[in-house]
Order: sequence, then C-alpha cells, then structure tokens
Amino acid sequence: MSATAVPTRGFVTAKERERRRTIRRIREAPIYAFLFGCAALSIFTTGAIVVVLIEEAIRFFRHVSIVDFLTGTTWTPTFADAHFGVLPLFNATIVMAAGAMIVAIPLGVLAAIFLSEYAHPRVRSIIKPVLEVLAGIPTVVYGYFALQFITPELLRPPFGNDVSIFNAAAASIAMGIMILPLVASLSEDAMRAVPQSLREGAYGLGSNRFEVATKVVVPAALSGIIAAVILAASRAIGETMIVTIAAGQAPNLSWNIFEEMAAMTAYIVQVSLGDTPRDDPAYGAIFAVGMLLFVTTLVMNIFAQWLLARFREEYD
Amino acid sequence: MSAAEGTLSRNSGRVALRRNMGRVFYGVCLAATLSGILALAVLLITVASDGLGRVSWDFIDSFPSRFPERAGIKGALWGSIWMMAFTAVIAIPLGVGAAIYLEEFARRNWVTRVIETNINNLAGVPSIIYGLLGLTVFVRLMSLGGSVIAGSLTMSLLVLPIIIVASREGLRSVPPSIREASLGLGASQWQTVWSQVLPPALPTILTGIILALSRAIGESAPLIVIGATLFLAFTPDGPNSQFTVLPIQIFNWASRPQPEFQTTAAAGIIVLLTVLLTMNALAIGLRLYFEGKRKW
Repeated sequence: MSATAVPTRGFVTAKERERRRTIRRIREAPIYAFLFGCAALSIFTTGAIVVVLIEEAIRFFRHVSIVDFLTGTTWTPTFADAHFGVLPLFNATIVMAAGAMIVAIPLGVLAAIFLSEYAHPRVRSIIKPVLEVLAGIPTVVYGYFALQFITPELLRPPFGNDVSIFNAAAASIAMGIMILPLVASLSEDAMRAVPQSLREGAYGLGSNRFEVATKVVVPAALSGIIAAVILAASRAIGETMIVTIAAGQAPNLSWNIFEEMAAMTAYIVQVSLGDTPRDDPAYGAIFAVGMLLFVTTLVMNIFAQWLLARFREEYD
Repeated sequence: MSAAEGTLSRNSGRVALRRNMGRVFYGVCLAATLSGILALAVLLITVASDGLGRVSWDFIDSFPSRFPERAGIKGALWGSIWMMAFTAVIAIPLGVGAAIYLEEFARRNWVTRVIETNINNLAGVPSIIYGLLGLTVFVRLMSLGGSVIAGSLTMSLLVLPIIIVASREGLRSVPPSIREASLGLGASQWQTVWSQVLPPALPTILTGIILALSRAIGESAPLIVIGATLFLAFTPDGPNSQFTVLPIQIFNWASRPQPEFQTTAAAGIIVLLTVLLTMNALAIGLRLYFEGKRKW
C-alpha cells in the first residue's frame, strides 16, 4: 500500500504541470506589466518635457513673435518697454561653454592619452576615481570656487580690475574643471576600444609610444573623442549654478569674457527666485528659453550618440 | 662605408629627436592629468580654509539668520534628508524595474530600441529642464506646491537614467549560465531573476543607487525652479511640507555680498562635501568588498 504511494508524492502528470505553469504565468503577469511600465516611464518623461515646453512656449509666443525672440539683441523682460531678444542670453551661454571647452578639451584628451597609453594599471586605478570626484562635486561648490578663488586669485592678479566681480571667464574655467573628467573618461573609453593589433602593428614598424598614441590611437578613436567633446559641451550649455553664481544675471551681448553676462539658465533661475506674476510674459519666457536650451542640447546629444554608434561598428 | 655611417648617424639623430619628443609628450600628458588633481586639491583647500572655523554643532543645529555669525543649516540639512529619502523610495524601484525589464525581459525590437535611445537622451537633458517639467506637472497640474514630494518626484525623474544604467551593468555582469541553470530546473523567468540574477547583481546596483542619490543631494537648479524656498526657519514635517536643501542654502549665502556670508557658505559646503564623500567612500567600499566575494 505505502509502496505505491511513494512515487506519486513528487510526481505530477503532464496536464497538471501545464496547469501550474499557466497559473504561474498569470500570477507573474502583473510583475511583467510593472517592469514594462518602469521602462516605458522614460518615454512618458520625454513626452511630458516636450509637451510642457511647447505648450508654455506657444503661450509666450502669443505675446512675442518667435522671430523677434530668436533674432532680437535686447533682453529687457521686466522693463516697461519690454524686449525679448534672446541673443544676449544665448551668446553668453555659448561663449561660456566655448571657454569651458578650451579648458577641458586639451586637458581631458591628454589625460585620456595618459590613462589609456602610459599609465600603469595600478596608477590608473588610483587616478581615475580621484578625477571622478571632480565630476561629483555639486555645481554650487564650483560657483563658490569661481567667485571666491578663480576671479580674485587667478584672474585679477594678471588682468587687474578690468575683471568684474561676476565674469564669464571664471565661470568658464570652473565649468572646464567640472567637465574635464567627462571628456577624459569618455575619450579614454574610445582609445581603449582601439584594437591592440593596431598598436602592435605600429610598434612593429618602429614607432615609439608617442607616435603610436598620436598617429594611430587618437585618429582611430577620433569619432569617440569628438562624441565625448560634444557631450561635455552640451553639459556646459545646460549648466546652471556655476554660471548663475559666477557670471551674474545681467544680460550683456558681448564677447568680453571679463564682463558680467547672464546665461539662458541664469535667467530661468532669476525668474524662479523672483515674484514675477505667472501671466507676465517675463515669466512665460522661461519656457521659451528652456525650449531653446532643450533643443540645443538634444541635437548635440543625438549627434554624439550617432557618432558613438558608428564608431562601435568599426571594430566589432 | 662612410656613406652608410653617415646614414646611421643621421638616423640615430632622428631617433634621439623622436625619443625626446616622446618624453616631452609624456610629460605634457602627465601634467594634464595632474592638473585635474591639482584643481581638486586647490578647491578643497580654498573651501576648508574659508569655512572650517565656522563649522560647529551650533552651525548644524541652527536655522538660517540675518546675522551671518548666527546662521546655521538645520532646515536645509533636514530638507536634504527628507528629499533624499523620498527620492530613494520613488526612484529605486522604478529604476531597477526598468533595468530588469530591459536586460531580462525585453525582446530586441523597435520598442526596446526607442526606450533605450530615450533613456540615453534623458541622461543628457539639462537638470533645469526637469525643473520646468516638475513646475508644470507636479507643482501646478497635481497642485503639490513647492513641497518635499514635488521636489522628490522631480529629482527621481532626474536620477532615473543613472540608476537604470548602473543596474543594467550589474545585471549584465551575471553570466547567462546562471540563468540557464535556473530555467533548466523549472524556475520561471521572474523566479530566476528574483532569486538568481538579482542577488549577485546587487552590489553594482547599490553603487549606482548611491551615485544617483549623491547626484540628487548636490543638485539645486531644478529645485529652485519648482519653488523650494530660499529662507526657511523650520524643518519639514511631512511630504507636503515646504522645504529647502543644502545646495540652495549655500547658493543663497554665496550670492550675498557680505564676506561673513561667504564664510558661512564655505562652512555649508564643507558639510555638503563631507556627506558626499562619505557616500562615495561607501560606494567604493561596497564595490571592493563584494568584488572580493564574487564566486565566478
């Protein structure tokens, strides 16, 4: 009797097994749905950003023509005779981002060459995290650093009092330091993806390390390095606190980096801190400015990703 | 004979030139790398020498004040803690969930590709744009006001891409053989993920979470846009409470002309950086500890 009961204990028929599997699948369906929802949330976020910016920008463009906004050279939203020409803000953003790139590109790419081609793995494993700390420092801290150190200790001694308290140069240098690790680490990734055989071929032909680095590795990794530079530039364009604290909030269409100039992001902060009424065009302008900022950085990011994808195909 | 010797010596001259070029280039690369570290050192020394004398228990346990010598960071510190806690609760399940879906369940089709491209793009959207999104959707549409919960929701959207990327990396590092063994023994796909894949991926995921939260704690622009208050003399008492955070408080002090407030700002920065460095050290320690324990 008991001998026949034993085999049935852990044994289920094929039909029963199928039934249990179906139950399990039904029970797991909500989990699957939740997980898919998490992933799909990113699409909703992007959609919401686009809808919010377009809707609020359209409301603003009922008061101000889009042509005047994009080509105007006077930004005086709170004056009785209000002008909404975004060029002073746009120019300031571009000037400061360009300044940051002048600092970050040479330093970042050379550091990447050092880490990828010269550094002993152990040295690399120490230097890389230290550089990454730079990228993790909050941007208010860089703003403070620009205001309290870069302007009075670095810029004022050689250039004198031509340098205003708030100036674009200090913001640029601080942003350059902030994005240096981004340029370095993405460029290094691109350089390390260059196959070892290319280096060995060059060594075999009698090249030294310098020649291998500059004539083989850097050209082979160029699209990746350019992508790194574009991503870093887009980060500098969207940077808010450094330019707000260090470069000031006075709109100024100028190329003089020692003058105060308000960036696009600085205007958004300025309005957010103030008590401008919601129906005032000066308030609606933050969405138009935000739209311009979003489109600029999005185009740059998409271009960089396209470059990276093309680069990856090359050696797969 | 002499012609050959001439070629040889000319060549060795070029070799020496090339070698020297190489040395100079090495020096330049090394200097560029060290300049980053130097900048970090100068920054830390500047902040420490400006503000260290101002850091005390009173500073941590006092509210901001019109008088710089009495001002403290109590409200801002608690605001940061509240905001971080809610951000963690919201962003961790969503981020890890999205990563699990993309790594373990998603078919390679156009929907997946769109989601992936989209997450990459979101990671590059300036933080202040998230502020404009939060202002319109959370603060106004959902009428949450400039509250802790509105700030946390905004911040969650901002850090989600970081959590997703790190979690995917962690899941990807678990070898497929583990999954195949589990599926072969009759476990369902979810059982496999939950009991076999997630545990060994956890250290990398945790590291990503800590990095995401340290990004959240240092971020101020989106919170300024949604209307986090600059000057607050109380600590938040719930998700609907008004709040301010450390970086905003520092920004407030740093934008005042009086040098005493600059000192106060530096002291605030020291507290903020201490919190951040502790979190980073925790992340690195976690990674090293679990890397030693890995079984494959």
